[in-house]
Amino acid sequence: MLPFDFEYYKPETLQEAVELYQYLDQQGKQPMFFSGGTELITLGRIDLAYTEAVIDIKDIAECKVMQVSGDHLLIGSTLTLTQIEEANLFPLLTKTASQVADHSARGKITLGGNICARIFYREAVLPFLLADSQVVIAGTDGGKVVAIHDVFQGELKLKRGEILVQTATESRFIRAPFFSFKRRQQWETGYPLITVAALKIDQEVRVAVSGLCPFPFRSKEVETALNKSGQSAVARVDGALAVLPKPILNDVEGSAEYRLFVLRNLLVDVLAALDGVRIR
Amino acid sequence: MQSHTITLNINEEIHIVAVKAADTLLYTIRGKLGLTGAKPGCLNGDCGACTVNVDGWPMKSCLMLTVEAVGKKVTTIEGLRETPIQQAFVENFAFQCGYCTPGFIMNCHSLIQQHPDADDQTIKEWLESNICRCTSYIEIEKAVKSVLNKK
Amino acid sequence: MEVIGKSVIRKEAVDKVTGRAKYTHDYQKVPLLSGKMVISPYGHAKIVNIDTSEAWKVPGVRAILTGKQYPLTGEAIRDRPPIAFDKVRYHGEPVALVVADTPAQAKTAADLIKVQYELLPVVNSPTQAFQKNAPLVHERLGEYKKEADSHPVPDTNIATLIKIRKGNMAKGWAESETVVEASFSFAPSDHVAMETRCATAEISPDGNIIIMTSSQAPFMVKRLIADYFGEDMGKIIVRTPLVGGAYGGKAPVQLEVLAYMASKEVGGKPVKILNTREEDILTSPCHIGLDATVKLGANRSGKITVAEILYLWDGGAYSDKAIDVTRSGATDCTGPYNIENVWCDSYCMYTNHPYAAPFRGFSHSELSFAIERTMDLLAQKLNIDPLELRYINAIMPGNTTPTRVRLNKSNVGNLQKCIEKVRGLIKWDEGPVKVLNDRFIRVKGVSCSWKTSTIDTDAPSGVILTFNRDGSINLMSGVVEIGTGTKTILAQILAERLKMDVNKIHVRMEVDTQTTPEHWKTVASRGTFMGGRAVLKAAEDVIHQLKELAACVLRSPKEDLEIANSRVFLRDDPAIGLHFKEIGYGYKYPNGNTVGGQIIGRGSYILRHLTPLDPETGAGRPGPEWTVAAYGVEIEFDKRDYTYRLLKAATVVDIGRVMNEKAAVGQVMGAMSMGLSFAGRETFYFDELGRVLNPQLRTYRPLRYGENPEYLVGFVETPQIDGPYGARGVGEHGLLGMPGALGNALSTAAGVSLHNLPLIPELIWKAKEANK
Repeated sequence: MLPFDFEYYKPETLQEAVELYQYLDQQGKQPMFFSGGTELITLGRIDLAYTEAVIDIKDIAECKVMQVSGDHLLIGSTLTLTQIEEANLFPLLTKTASQVADHSARGKITLGGNICARIFYREAVLPFLLADSQVVIAGTDGGKVVAIHDVFQGELKLKRGEILVQTATESRFIRAPFFSFKRRQQWETGYPLITVAALKIDQEVRVAVSGLCPFPFRSKEVETALNKSGQSAVARVDGALAVLPKPILNDVEGSAEYRLFVLRNLLVDVLAALDGVRIR
Repeated sequence: MQSHTITLNINEEIHIVAVKAADTLLYTIRGKLGLTGAKPGCLNGDCGACTVNVDGWPMKSCLMLTVEAVGKKVTTIEGLRETPIQQAFVENFAFQCGYCTPGFIMNCHSLIQQHPDADDQTIKEWLESNICRCTSYIEIEKAVKSVLNKK
Repeated sequence: MEVIGKSVIRKEAVDKVTGRAKYTHDYQKVPLLSGKMVISPYGHAKIVNIDTSEAWKVPGVRAILTGKQYPLTGEAIRDRPPIAFDKVRYHGEPVALVVADTPAQAKTAADLIKVQYELLPVVNSPTQAFQKNAPLVHERLGEYKKEADSHPVPDTNIATLIKIRKGNMAKGWAESETVVEASFSFAPSDHVAMETRCATAEISPDGNIIIMTSSQAPFMVKRLIADYFGEDMGKIIVRTPLVGGAYGGKAPVQLEVLAYMASKEVGGKPVKILNTREEDILTSPCHIGLDATVKLGANRSGKITVAEILYLWDGGAYSDKAIDVTRSGATDCTGPYNIENVWCDSYCMYTNHPYAAPFRGFSHSELSFAIERTMDLLAQKLNIDPLELRYINAIMPGNTTPTRVRLNKSNVGNLQKCIEKVRGLIKWDEGPVKVLNDRFIRVKGVSCSWKTSTIDTDAPSGVILTFNRDGSINLMSGVVEIGTGTKTILAQILAERLKMDVNKIHVRMEVDTQTTPEHWKTVASRGTFMGGRAVLKAAEDVIHQLKELAACVLRSPKEDLEIANSRVFLRDDPAIGLHFKEIGYGYKYPNGNTVGGQIIGRGSYILRHLTPLDPETGAGRPGPEWTVAAYGVEIEFDKRDYTYRLLKAATVVDIGRVMNEKAAVGQVMGAMSMGLSFAGRETFYFDELGRVLNPQLRTYRPLRYGENPEYLVGFVETPQIDGPYGARGVGEHGLLGMPGALGNALSTAAGVSLHNLPLIPELIWKAKEANK
């Protein structure tokens, strides 16, 4: 139950959505784009989110696509994680997304919602970071296609009133060998302690990590260390651990030291899975 | 507060209800329609006690705005009539206090419809969405498998 | 035996699978006001100011209760203001209560109440609370009204101390050749019943106070509200429909008091208070934490000669039921072992944590973790098989308990038999460790438990039976259907005694304290035992009445009559007789004359010979019988990551008599599940301000489907002679040994002694790192 009410709009075109936002924003209604809406509902009920106008973008055609277009796979931002999993067009995404929340919730949580979430795990972004994907963004100045690396730094840097519409991923990344694993504090449910997604392309291993820092990331420095030829796997992992972004999370899910322990073993697993390295 | 008069298709019946945009589906079906089978357990999408089916898929009704349900087919536990999964829950003692039961059954029901040949991994992936605090889950596993295997 | 032991389908089964089963919050009506609490965001703080002016402006607000000293509440010590006054003592404590027309209005208004706090030093563990010069949680501890057997120590944080002094400690140590000592600690956690607590109250113009509540103790609600507020007990009517899980957490009385106060404030209009999950975790009472130190001495052959035990229970901010938990922990402090010389101090400590409710097992799963881990340490030191050590020391008839009750073949089960059976179930003889490869191993751990039910010495249970015109019978008992299926078992007992079809017995699920005979509280695995005895007595009453009437109609001596299949008939000629439907409402002669009337049976039961404990020595008879059990847990352990999977969990419990096979197995497996969840993942994480950092189910995570192991359940049947058909309690016991057995398996697997819960991989990693 939300302690506040809001106006509810369900535009059918991107332009309409963008204009509505402008209009409602000018009226001071703190409008919010809404696709799965789980975060508004769960944070709103404990007073951590507020809006006076919701713009539900689920009916916008461009946000619902899931198709191969030329050499790219397009995935709409309002598709639910379950829809993406069931279609299974991007196995690394399927695997990584299938570890978010739980199955029923993933029937409501959408790709765009997860990537743009305030809660900092945003695990669905990891495959796109690895695949150098592009994202389609709609705004007042129309649509634009940009490299995800240009707009995702810890979080998706959307301007006020912009909408994440689609992701576009080159098919060679979709076919690449991958690894994805989520370690939790205990057993098989809960937030990640560490989630690692990795893929191998052009003889290089790429990794992206969630749960280590208060943002998901892919780091050039980490990958350079991991791919250093002529070094033992242990030395490569040590090298990667030495160049991690900061800060390392230290919370009820796990201490910073323990997270590093977990990450170390997971990176070893990445090398074992993708680089044929055998340890022990 | 803006009131929306909307039409909902619930358990194959058309209902016209006045709701606020911020009302969740759970709030509406319980408070406006008296369908109290779906239970509040956390209102946060964590426990699954409020699970209903929307267009045949499991939905935590606390995570859905009522206005989002317009044009969709909603099925609640009250809409199930003598289904095999209900009978299987009874025979396998798959509930004790019964509070999580409607949500669990609706999730199982949807699983049986969507994946009648579900393997252990799929069953687990689906059913870990709900918490049962009384049983050991083994009883629920037996119940759902007894129906899946029949198909 | 026709019905006893059979897996009779529970009476409310169809309601529960069709969504028709109703719980407190499912009852809706118009008007029904909503109560919303404002809760403390801190563990310990002075309330400097409360500003309600903005909240009052919200439309629909009818009352705001705050800033006033309401009568103190609490079962053992009256130490708890229902709404905090002057200061707050735990994160989640109610500070104000808003009553409004709708839940949304109440919430909006509650959010607008501004409370100014001044932080106070926090007591963040029972060990800290026990230290000299620790900050005081209750400055006026000496002034509170209390029960005779609560022993608070003014100017300390000690809410009570229960002492056990048995035998001669000097002699015990002298006889011992090997000594182990270890300390254990875990924080409070939660019950997580899927139904959050809910209560409604209204006061009618004639002064009747009508309360509906999701409670295990509706009769206690009635008593306490009468007591706290000076109301007429007879005017308080408490209704409890089906309850969505309880596990001890719904035995305390809390929201009922607030709902009553709220209704009173709005002229008696009905007010509902429904906990959010966060409030249910923070505000309502939790699962107790414990700091324990156990020292055991044994001779060379493994016979334990002496035990010295210190329990510091984390009672939280208010003592309420924690005092009884502390006493229960002292009563069975040693675990199920025959030890001649015992010294135990069991302290209930005040801290700035959420206060404690009973939790399934009532101190026993908690103390068992400490005892059973120490038993494994002793076995290790003695180089004796851990199961063998338990077998050698198993409690038996002829032994005495720590409170000096002499056991006999009825009041204690057969632990050695349980141990032998669990040995087979978990294939213990194949060895505790199986190496799969250089990284993964499979490891087993074992444990044992015992438990008596320490309940009030005058706790009653009553049953009323009424006949319907078709000869079927209505059964009314004050036992609350919290999920255990006890009311179905009561029907089975009645069917068995009357030799009739259990389907002809209708059970009233809802409890209404005005018309349902009292069952003290639906706690402590006592429903079947006490309710069952009451049923048997009521059945005798019915049999007597049926035979009286039939004797007259059939012109036969009463002694020649038998009852079976809903008929009273001549023993030597069963064809001559009367169906219940012919006499259940009196017998009508062909000419219309009628004799007799509706047959109404009554039965009540009270446990006999219970006594309070001696304050100096602990001697006394706290409970009727000891149920014993043995356990095993098998895990697959990853030596690199310190992660593990649960493979198998086994319980063998001496249940006395299996009353309903599937229900009993379900109770034991469900309890094991809860025990493993508690042992493996559940805890409150506190910060330095005493705040609980994980009050949601996404951060406080009970076991989920698929994380569970395979469960193995075995029963031993040593009849409890006084129990109905020999039955003992079974609701709690599957849980009790899980923390110990899991802790033992993991300690073996990791090669490091583990002393804390929950047993998460990080804990094991830390222990390994510390050992490096």
